[in-house]
Amino acid sequence: MNRSIKVTGGLLLGIIAVALAGPLVSPHDYDQTNFDALLQPPTLEGLQLFGTDDLGRDLFVRSMLGVQVTILVAVVASIVSLVIGVAYGAIAGYAGGRVDALMMRFVDTLYALPFIFFVILLMVAFERNFLLIFVAIGAINWLDMARIVRGQTLSLREREFVAAARLIGVSPARILLRHIAPNLVGVVIVYVTLTIPQAILVESFLSFLGLGIQEPQTSLGTLVDAGVNQMEGASWMLLIPATLLAAILLLFNFLGDVLRDHFDARGEL
Amino acid sequence: MSKLRAFVYVILFAGAAFVVWQYQATEDIDEPETPVLHRGLPADPESVDPQKARSTQAGDVLRDIGEGLLSYAPGGELIPGAAESWSIADDGLTYTFVIRDNARWSNGDPVTAGDFAFSLRRLVDPATAAFYANSIAVIANAEAIVAGELSPDELGVEAVDDRTLTIRLEQPTPYLLALLTHPVTFPVHAGSIAMHGDEFTRPGNLLSNGAYTLDAWVPGSVLELSRNEYYWNNAATAIDEVRHHVLTQGVTELNRYRAGELHITSTVPPDNFAQVREEYGDELRVAPYLGIYYYGFNLTKPPFRDNPGLREALSMAIDREVLVEKIVGRGEAPAYSWVPPGVDNYEPRRLAFADMSQDERNARARRLLAEAGYGPDNPLEIELRYNTSDEHRRIALAVQAMWKDALGVETTLINEELQVLLANMREAEVTQVFRSSWIGDYNDAHTFLSIVESDNEANMPRYVNEEYDAMMDQAASQTNPQWRRVHLEEAERVFLADHAAIPLYFYVSKHLVNPGVQGWEDNVLDYHYSQHLSLAPVDATP
Amino acid sequence: MLLYALKRLLGAIPTLLLVIVLAFLMVHAAPGGPFDDERVLPPDTREALEAAYNLDQPLHRQFITYLSGVVTGDLGPSYHYRDYSVGELIGNAFPVSLQLGAMAMLLAVVLGVAAGTFAALRRNTLLDRAVMGFAMTGISIPVFVIAPVLVLLLAVKLQWLPAGWSGSGGIGRLILPVVSLALPQIAYIARLTRASMIDVLASDFIRTARAQGLGMGAVVRYHALKPAMLPVLSYMGPAIAAILTGSVVVEEIFGIPGLGRSFVNGALNRDYTLVLGIVIFYAALIVLLNLVVDLLYGVIDPRIRRR
Repeated sequence: MNRSIKVTGGLLLGIIAVALAGPLVSPHDYDQTNFDALLQPPTLEGLQLFGTDDLGRDLFVRSMLGVQVTILVAVVASIVSLVIGVAYGAIAGYAGGRVDALMMRFVDTLYALPFIFFVILLMVAFERNFLLIFVAIGAINWLDMARIVRGQTLSLREREFVAAARLIGVSPARILLRHIAPNLVGVVIVYVTLTIPQAILVESFLSFLGLGIQEPQTSLGTLVDAGVNQMEGASWMLLIPATLLAAILLLFNFLGDVLRDHFDARGEL
Repeated sequence: MSKLRAFVYVILFAGAAFVVWQYQATEDIDEPETPVLHRGLPADPESVDPQKARSTQAGDVLRDIGEGLLSYAPGGELIPGAAESWSIADDGLTYTFVIRDNARWSNGDPVTAGDFAFSLRRLVDPATAAFYANSIAVIANAEAIVAGELSPDELGVEAVDDRTLTIRLEQPTPYLLALLTHPVTFPVHAGSIAMHGDEFTRPGNLLSNGAYTLDAWVPGSVLELSRNEYYWNNAATAIDEVRHHVLTQGVTELNRYRAGELHITSTVPPDNFAQVREEYGDELRVAPYLGIYYYGFNLTKPPFRDNPGLREALSMAIDREVLVEKIVGRGEAPAYSWVPPGVDNYEPRRLAFADMSQDERNARARRLLAEAGYGPDNPLEIELRYNTSDEHRRIALAVQAMWKDALGVETTLINEELQVLLANMREAEVTQVFRSSWIGDYNDAHTFLSIVESDNEANMPRYVNEEYDAMMDQAASQTNPQWRRVHLEEAERVFLADHAAIPLYFYVSKHLVNPGVQGWEDNVLDYHYSQHLSLAPVDATP
Repeated sequence: MLLYALKRLLGAIPTLLLVIVLAFLMVHAAPGGPFDDERVLPPDTREALEAAYNLDQPLHRQFITYLSGVVTGDLGPSYHYRDYSVGELIGNAFPVSLQLGAMAMLLAVVLGVAAGTFAALRRNTLLDRAVMGFAMTGISIPVFVIAPVLVLLLAVKLQWLPAGWSGSGGIGRLILPVVSLALPQIAYIARLTRASMIDVLASDFIRTARAQGLGMGAVVRYHALKPAMLPVLSYMGPAIAAILTGSVVVEEIFGIPGLGRSFVNGALNRDYTLVLGIVIFYAALIVLLNLVVDLLYGVIDPRIRRR
């Protein structure tokens, strides 16, 4: 099972490495248009491995750039939501009672904001700022994380082993760290694996609305959105970025699953 | 018991789903019970109140349900509408219209000269807050009324009797008749406004004088029209019901056409155009359209202020042939003039470099750029703003590449949402080069040339040239159409020589029209009244 | 419980106020105005319009006018649809979105929980892998790819289902939008259910039940399902949010006159009142739904005590 983790992680790192190196190696630029080679299917000739888009730009280089941007968005946004969400949720869940009620009231307050609408308003009001995408996605996801962690902590708190630890006088911080946190790892990891795709999907959603990253920069979401419109005439414009997007999401999900099994096994020891 | 509760959530949703369940039989356009025409509409009308309308889609709907003094034939020729005849005084300032004896509202009331006078006054009344209040500024006192200086009663229109309407003008206006086909001049029923107030436009309340009446409007979805039995020319209306389906995404509309759910699309999206042309052949109708797509310069700020050579260089370096063939690619015409071809009684002037080859243009553009002080050591860096749209994006990227390849100019693309771009254009602070367009309101060169007069609010480049304004004023005072035309053409020549904007291409209208639709004629205005169409049964199998 | 619900509802008032203030400031901060268009308005016309809609007043005045309208249930006139009030537009669009969202949610919960439980019980078998493989694919493809592909296949090529939302047309028009909307949610819920079901099945009380000789089916039905549903219930809030997001896309692609599309168009057209109205409406709705979920939480897991 450690091999699965290594293989999946290795594949992800491999994709990232290729995405970083590819544009440096390729003879093409990500923003070089060629009006004599619009919508060319993939070919070895001239090293246009992934073909060209509707402006004759090399799709390989653009896809690699898209992978870079997409992974950056997802990882940064997920770390933001992970840190805030777990800390907040665990404290609320363990403290319980009034503190919990108050903390969760605050989460509810934020929850009641129809976030996706605020994200749209944010992008509309403050024009396109790339940083805003992180902020927006992180802001949505830490709430979910906090709720789920809190729900689990509440359940765990009532479990016998925690009660036992409390009885023998272990401090709350220690209980949280030693007894609660390890039991949270499974659900947190499963949830992070759901957060990364979510972050990627929010970014692509914004691209669909035309509120995504500025041309000639690009992301996988932007490329997929452009590809959807060309899916009948130039299927590679959809298939290549969509496959990359799906592969990255699948790998993250799979990694989460094997990590989960891994932690579970340790828990049973 | 608690197990049951666990599924409360599920039941909650199930209940909600069933509460709003509205089962109705599916409809297929091939087997209608009565003839129903399904048309695409690119967006909701902002209003079906004629005086509050603004957009082309509002016009499309209003032309079906209302009728002005004049109207258009299927081919785009002016024909009598609610007025059966008219006469023009020798000075060109007073028009007298005779309303049809049998013109009727959809409740049977006669349409009177008083209805038209009421509606035109309503259009300029500031209390109406009409977008197009200024469109009839040529009528006596209209501008002062819009400005709130005179009462709407002072407008130069008069209902002499029920069937006779006179309109007095400030100056001779050859395009007045064309103007009176515009939906904002359509009549409203004064009695129904008095009865329903603001809700007089609701389906059911709305009285219309056109071939159809509005039965239902689901915003964002559909407007349902049915035959107006009282319409004076009802016998000539072939189709009983019309559905205008609101389809904001071109691809969605295309899919619905391909799935056999629409007879007529409002457009054809650029991405699928080549394929559509191949697949549908004759069903694809592409025709010249009165609209120009252009890039404007901000003439109030450096580097473009007082720098016509630089502006000309940038204009020349854009290969319009490549742009229309490879990037836009729907049969658009490359633009070398400001007024589109096909305008009545007008021959557009052309940019001086129109007859050069692109290589010659590039060479000359490089010289001009060097004269303006830019070159490899001091490259020109500019910002190009465009609003969010796939087509604008592709054109901007292409222009960016052309400027870079031909001139070494570094262009930063700034994609803004339409409202942001419009605000920036209006303020003229941060803009340098920006995308814009103009669609003609009526078939006359004036609708294109007037927008760059120095006092026109639509003058986005902030173009100011006294010679141009003087030429336009002279044209306005001419009663002889030939002399007027000479002045307008001269004005266009002056404007083009100043390179205040880069004309890129002239629009085409593009529709998919089901072979069963008969009576469709391409025209430069892109008006296609449902009342002129009919449906023949077709063999649905392709 | 009733008291608790009442307290929560009262507590929601500051929330809603915050939502209104934030949204109000944001829409007004957005550059451009509701009457901007490529056809620029002459100054006189613009003034007349702004006066007609109170936009000529200072911002705080506009806010007070607006807020006092909201309190009395009047969300104001739409700036873009000059024939309609915001209340009417929401009243028209919400049933459509609700129908779409509720059916998608129903499909997602039923299929998701079933598939997740099924996979957990047959953990590490080929079937488990197949179900989870499908679930992973489901969450790996954005709605705006799934929907057009489904339309192309089922509506355009095969012509089995309508490609769009015909104004008066039948149940068929719901199928593609609902399926497109539900697919990713089925996948999420299946994954969540599987993970939490495996956790629950490994816990002591299940082992005890099994040791007492209870069959696996009965254990799942009477003991495991409820605690395993907890993360799924927790996910309801995000799921609603996700369906909301998805519905913006689906409504746009299928041309459905729902709230999501109204919102996006409203935001792009600077239809201030429509945008505000929809935000407030959804905020109120989410407050209610969260309350329901929290009440259910206590019912399903009695170990969580409400004080």
